[in-house]
Amino acid sequence: MKKENIALEAHNLTVIYHKKPVLWNIDFALPAGEIIGIMGPNGAGKSTLVKAILGLVPLNSGYSRVFDQEFEKVRHRVSYIPQRQTVDWDFPATVRDVVMTGRFQQRGMFARMNDEDRRIVSDALEKVGMSAFAGRQISQLSGGQQQRVFIARALAQQADLYLLDEPFVGVDASTEAAIVDMIRAMRDEGKTIVVVHHDLHTAPEYFTWLVLINASLIGAGPLSEVFTDEKLRATYSGKLTILSQVGDKLREKNFPVREK
Amino acid sequence: MKSGLIEDFLFLGDPNVRIVLPGVLVLCAMAALVGNFTYLRKRSLIGDAISHAVLPGICLAYLVNGEKNLFYLLIGALASGLLSVFLIDFLSKNRFARNDTAIALMLSSFFGLGLVLLTYIQHQGGASQSGLDGFLFGKAASLSELDVYVFSISFLVISGIVYLFRRGFGLMSFDEDFAQSIGFPVRWLRFFLSVLTVWAVATGIQAVGVVLMAALLIAPSLAARLWSNSLKQMIFISVLVGLLSGYSGSLISYLKPGMPTGPWVVISAGVFALISLMVAPGKGLLSQWKLRKSNETKMLTENLLKLFYQISEKSENQTAVTEDDLLNRRSLNRSDLSRGLKLLIKNNYVLDIQGAWRLSAEGEIEAKRIVRLHRLWELYLQEYLHLDADHVHDDAEAMEHVITPDIERQLEEILGRPERDPHQAIIPRVYDTK
Repeated sequence: MKKENIALEAHNLTVIYHKKPVLWNIDFALPAGEIIGIMGPNGAGKSTLVKAILGLVPLNSGYSRVFDQEFEKVRHRVSYIPQRQTVDWDFPATVRDVVMTGRFQQRGMFARMNDEDRRIVSDALEKVGMSAFAGRQISQLSGGQQQRVFIARALAQQADLYLLDEPFVGVDASTEAAIVDMIRAMRDEGKTIVVVHHDLHTAPEYFTWLVLINASLIGAGPLSEVFTDEKLRATYSGKLTILSQVGDKLREKNFPVREK
Repeated sequence: MKSGLIEDFLFLGDPNVRIVLPGVLVLCAMAALVGNFTYLRKRSLIGDAISHAVLPGICLAYLVNGEKNLFYLLIGALASGLLSVFLIDFLSKNRFARNDTAIALMLSSFFGLGLVLLTYIQHQGGASQSGLDGFLFGKAASLSELDVYVFSISFLVISGIVYLFRRGFGLMSFDEDFAQSIGFPVRWLRFFLSVLTVWAVATGIQAVGVVLMAALLIAPSLAARLWSNSLKQMIFISVLVGLLSGYSGSLISYLKPGMPTGPWVVISAGVFALISLMVAPGKGLLSQWKLRKSNETKMLTENLLKLFYQISEKSENQTAVTEDDLLNRRSLNRSDLSRGLKLLIKNNYVLDIQGAWRLSAEGEIEAKRIVRLHRLWELYLQEYLHLDADHVHDDAEAMEHVITPDIERQLEEILGRPERDPHQAIIPRVYDTK
């Protein structure tokens, strides 16, 4: 892959929580302009991988690069959509308030929002079909509507790389279809979309690229190369539980994971 | 004489009130202001821990300095309050203890240490003069003019900081990971908020005491949340509730000498929160109760209309229905029945013909609509949830009342414009389009 084509790369990424390796030597390079799934069984470290790339969890070793630069330098080109359940939807805010936070990065902590911001927010709400709900309290939304609000916020960020953590969990079928359509439209505009996902049935339909992990990397590449029986079995069969057993032992004995 | 007292209070005619009242008001406003973020970030218990944890700091500051100097006491309070927050976060982050355990442990350990130091100071004979014992339960009457100046400046500074950092504090309280992902300095914001909280607590305990301080942080926010739709509204309302609590608490203790100010302020705040819980629009218990009542009425009247329709279906030439006809087909108590009929007559759905009833033209349309929804829903339950025909009736009974025209259209579509329900009864059409 040519350097200028790479949207996201991880080198030797290792994350250790409480002495237990959650991500182990993850190494991959993902091309721009694709819809990429990150898949693996429960507890495989999918969400942690995304957070590690964004610097939300401390790395024990390795690094990631975005558009061939340090993440800090291209932060404004990256949009993160956390799992819907991680926030308190009883917060006193309207749908528009939440989508407006998608403009905070461009304006910083202090500058005023201007008409352009308001227009971008309205457009984003329009695209996810939530215009009619702009003034509604977020505590009154259904799961699917909450996810649409999060997508609208991401659209308002006008990024080039989108990282979505489990966007299809607990949403209705029509919202799932709408999100998939939106993701495809974004890809057609040249954006790169990375989706943490766990439903194997829909994976070949949704993604053009795939990353399989189970603490360590099983495969990363075009769908046809990675979505194979052999690789899926390696990801989901539990052969790698030996690694997690060793991890448990390390924690039990309070052993360091690396020599220094 | 009473009215004279109240005037003195309102117009600050009494020199004591002139100092105590503004002091208490500013303290309450300050606690309410920072309390919003404590509440929204679900750190109410940490607020309680902080207020207990400032006690040893205050005592140490007194011991080192040898006199009750506000400035040193605040520094001491700030130091031990922040230390407790830091220890709680450290313990729970490193899995030495769960968060609730860490909070409980720090709260009681710091408070215990504070009590030990306080007893030591008392045995030296200094505590009563020093006024330190007032920190336990608060002693508003002991506020000095200097205190009030310091509090007022603190309040202005804290308000300014909250206003300046509103975007950061707000986003961090809602979605910390996102705030960090867009590069907001979340660690610093978190630290700022801790400092502000400890500062508000450290100043507030002079009037309210360490034991009760947490209520002053949380109760105004709790009340305000029920009345507000945005963070801005919530902040303003909570400060207002804080001020009202401070005012009513001071008023009570002024009118009844010997009544403690601090506890009455806290009780007032609690009462405001409780009242809000009852009467706040939408979320309050009263609105919920009203909603339930109106749902019950809707179910009652709609079920009666359905009954009328079913009777007319059975015997087409029957023109009017008696009370007994209705009661024979459905177990209803008579008072509900007559209440429902009255409402239906008022809405012109049912006509009263000398002690018997019949549907009006509008009533017939409405009845058809309800029966239709009931039967469509029964069919849907049978075909898609694979329920037996003899089970679907009860499930349809409650749900038919909430089906919107939009859902009705979708039901029609997936069921393929059905003619009959699971019991082979005809599904009526309101407007025969065919």
